[in-house]
Amino acid sequence: MHSYSDEPIPHPPIAVPLLRAQHLSKRFGGVHAVNRAAISVPQGSITGLIGPNGAGKTTLFQLLSCFLQPDEGEVWFDGHPIHTLQPHQVATRGLVRTFQVARALSRLSVLDNMLLAAQRQTGEQFWNVWLRSHQVAQEERQQRERAWELLERVGLAAKAQDYAGSLSGGQRKLLELARSLMVNPKLILLDEPAAGVNPTLINQICDHILTWNRQGITFLIIEHNMDVIMSLCDRVWVMAEGRNLADGTPAEIQQNDQVLAAYLGQ
Amino acid sequence: MEGFIVSLVIFTAIFTIFGLGLNLQWGFTGLINFGHVAFMTVGAYGTVLLSMAGVPLGLAMLAGAIAASLLGLGIGLATLRLREDYLAIVTIGLAEVIRLVAVNEEWLTRGTFGLQSFPLPLAMLNPNPIVRVAMVGTLAAVVGLAYWRLWGWMRHTARAIPRSDLVTHSLTALGYLLALGLLLLGIGAGARTLRQAAIWPNGVLGMVLLSALLGALWLGKGLSDRLSRRFRAWSTSLGLVMAALLAVLGVYAFGYAASAVYRYSNPSKSGLLWLSVLLTALIFWGLETLVRSPWGRVLKAIREDEAVAKALGKNVFIYKLQALMMGGFLAGIAGSLYAWQLTTVYPDNFRSLVTFNAWTIVVLGGAGSNVGTLLGATVFWAYDTITRFVLRDIVPLDDARLGAFRIMVIGLILIVLMMWRPQGILGNKDELTLGR
Repeated sequence: MHSYSDEPIPHPPIAVPLLRAQHLSKRFGGVHAVNRAAISVPQGSITGLIGPNGAGKTTLFQLLSCFLQPDEGEVWFDGHPIHTLQPHQVATRGLVRTFQVARALSRLSVLDNMLLAAQRQTGEQFWNVWLRSHQVAQEERQQRERAWELLERVGLAAKAQDYAGSLSGGQRKLLELARSLMVNPKLILLDEPAAGVNPTLINQICDHILTWNRQGITFLIIEHNMDVIMSLCDRVWVMAEGRNLADGTPAEIQQNDQVLAAYLGQ
Repeated sequence: MEGFIVSLVIFTAIFTIFGLGLNLQWGFTGLINFGHVAFMTVGAYGTVLLSMAGVPLGLAMLAGAIAASLLGLGIGLATLRLREDYLAIVTIGLAEVIRLVAVNEEWLTRGTFGLQSFPLPLAMLNPNPIVRVAMVGTLAAVVGLAYWRLWGWMRHTARAIPRSDLVTHSLTALGYLLALGLLLLGIGAGARTLRQAAIWPNGVLGMVLLSALLGALWLGKGLSDRLSRRFRAWSTSLGLVMAALLAVLGVYAFGYAASAVYRYSNPSKSGLLWLSVLLTALIFWGLETLVRSPWGRVLKAIREDEAVAKALGKNVFIYKLQALMMGGFLAGIAGSLYAWQLTTVYPDNFRSLVTFNAWTIVVLGGAGSNVGTLLGATVFWAYDTITRFVLRDIVPLDDARLGAFRIMVIGLILIVLMMWRPQGILGNKDELTLGR
C-alpha cells in the first residue's frame, strides 16, 4: 500500500515491470492533464487504472502508447525507453492500445480488420507485392487461419465477411479486443472495455481477458466499472487531477480514504 | 467515324489512367488532391522536353512519370504531417504554380507558344503484316480478357434474379432503356427541326427544350420507381442490361480500333491507340493486384481511421507518401499520353478543369472502385465527344456558350447522381450507410 502525498515519488517494489513510467507530465495550454505521474505494470499481471472523470487516465494512456509526446518524464517498455518513438513503432514492439469508443474500420470486412493487425507482413511492402507474391499469399493464408480462430473464440466468425461498420457496439468491442490479439502483443492497454456494454457481454469480455492473461499477455485496463476492476486486477493504480493518488491491491484500494474522497468529490 | 472512335478510345484510356491515380489517392487512401493536373503537367512537359532533347520515348515517359511522383513526394513531405485539409489547399495552389511556371519559364517551355512537332510514339513505324496482326492480337487479348471478366460478373449478378423471371425482367429493362433513348432522340430531333425552322426566338426554344428534357427525366424516374415496385430485382436487371448494351457498343468500338491499328493509315494515332490501351490494361491489372494485397488493406485502413492504423503498427505517413507518389506516377504517364494525343503542349491544356474532370470521373464511377473509374472515364468522354457534335444542332447557343453549357450539364448530372445514386454508378450503397 502506497500513498503519494509527498514528492518525490518513491518506486514501489515490483518484480520485472514490463511497462514503467515515471515523472510523466503533459500540459495542454494551462491545464496539467498529467502531472508527474508514475505507473508500473508487472509482467503477466492485469493492472487497473482508475480515477474520477478528468483525472488524466486517457491522457496517460496516450503517453504510454506514444500517441502523445510527454513534456517530461520517461516510459520504459520491455527494458527499452519508448517515449521518443512513433505510435506504430510501439505496436511493432508488442504494446497495443484500444480506444475508449471502439473504433472499427467500417468499410473493411471484419476479417480484413483482423488481418490488418498482423505485424511484419511481407505484403505490406509495396515491392514485395510483386517480388515475393508467393510468400505474401502464403503468409496471408496463415494469418487468415489465425484470424478465424480468434474470431471464433470471441463469437464473431459468422460475421467475418460483413462490413465491420455493420456490427453492434458490443460486437465492435469484441472485434477490437480480438484485433489487438492479432498483433501478438506482450501488453494490451484497454481503455474502458466494459463501457456501454450489456452485463452478459461484460462477463464474456472479462473471461476473454482472463484467458488471454493466463496465456501470458499482460493487461493495463482503464475502467469505471468497479466490479470489473475488482474481479480482474492484481493491482490497481488510482489517479486524480493528473497525479497518482494511490496504488495497491483491489482490497486495499477499496479501504483507502483518499480514494473514496476523490471519487465522492471532497 | 473511325478517327472519331479512335480519339474517343485514346482519351478514355488516358483519363482512365489519370482517374485511377486519383482513385488510389482519394478512393482508397482518403487523401484529398485538388491539384491532380499538376502531376500530369510535369509528366507531359517532362516527357516532351526530354524526347525533344533526344532521349528515347520510353525512357522520356518513365522519367516524366518519375518526376511527377517526386513532386508527390515533395507535397507529401510538406503537408502530410499536418491535418488533412492542408493537402487539399496546397494541391490546388501547386497545380496553378506548376502551370504558371510553364507559362513563364519561356527558355524551357516556350511559354504560351507551346511545344509543337515533338517525337510521337510508334509514328515512324511501318509495320509488316505480321506485326500488325500481333498488335491487333494483343488488343483483342486485352478486350477478350475484359469481356471474360464482365461475363463472369454478369453471371454472378444474374443469380440475384430468379431464373423464371430473368427473361421478363431483362426484356422489360431493355424496353425501358430503348423507350427512354427514343424519347430523348425524339426531343433532340424535334428541337433541331424547330431550330432550323427558326420560327421561335432562341429563348423560347431553350425553355421548351429544357422543360421537355426535365419532363423526360421525370417520366423516366417515375416509370423506374413503378417498375421497381413490381419487379423485385429491377435495379439489378437494369444494371445487367446496361452492361450488355455497353458490351455491344464496346465490340463496335473494338471493330473500328482494330481496323485502325491493322491498316495503320494514320501512324501516330494508331500507334498511340495501341500503346494507351495496353498501358491502361497493364496499370489496371497492377492496381487491382495492389489494392487487394496487404499493402492495399493498409491504405483502406488509413482512409477509415488513421489512429487505428497507427495503433496497429502501420507507418501511416509512409503509406500516404507512397499513395501520393503512385498516384502522381500514374498521372505523369497519363500526361505523356495526353501530350502525344494532343501533339502540341500549351500551359492552357493543364487548367484546374482537368483535375475536376478526373474528380467527375471518379465520383461518377464510384470512389474506391477501379472498374468504376474505367466506366466513369468511358461515360465522361462519350458524353464529351457526343455533345461536342450533337448539341450544336440542337441547343440554341453560340459556340462559346455551348462549351460552358456542356460543362454545366456535367455539373447537373453530378447533382442528379448525388441525389439518386450517391455511391456512384458502381459504388456500394451499403458503404454509405455504415455507422462509424
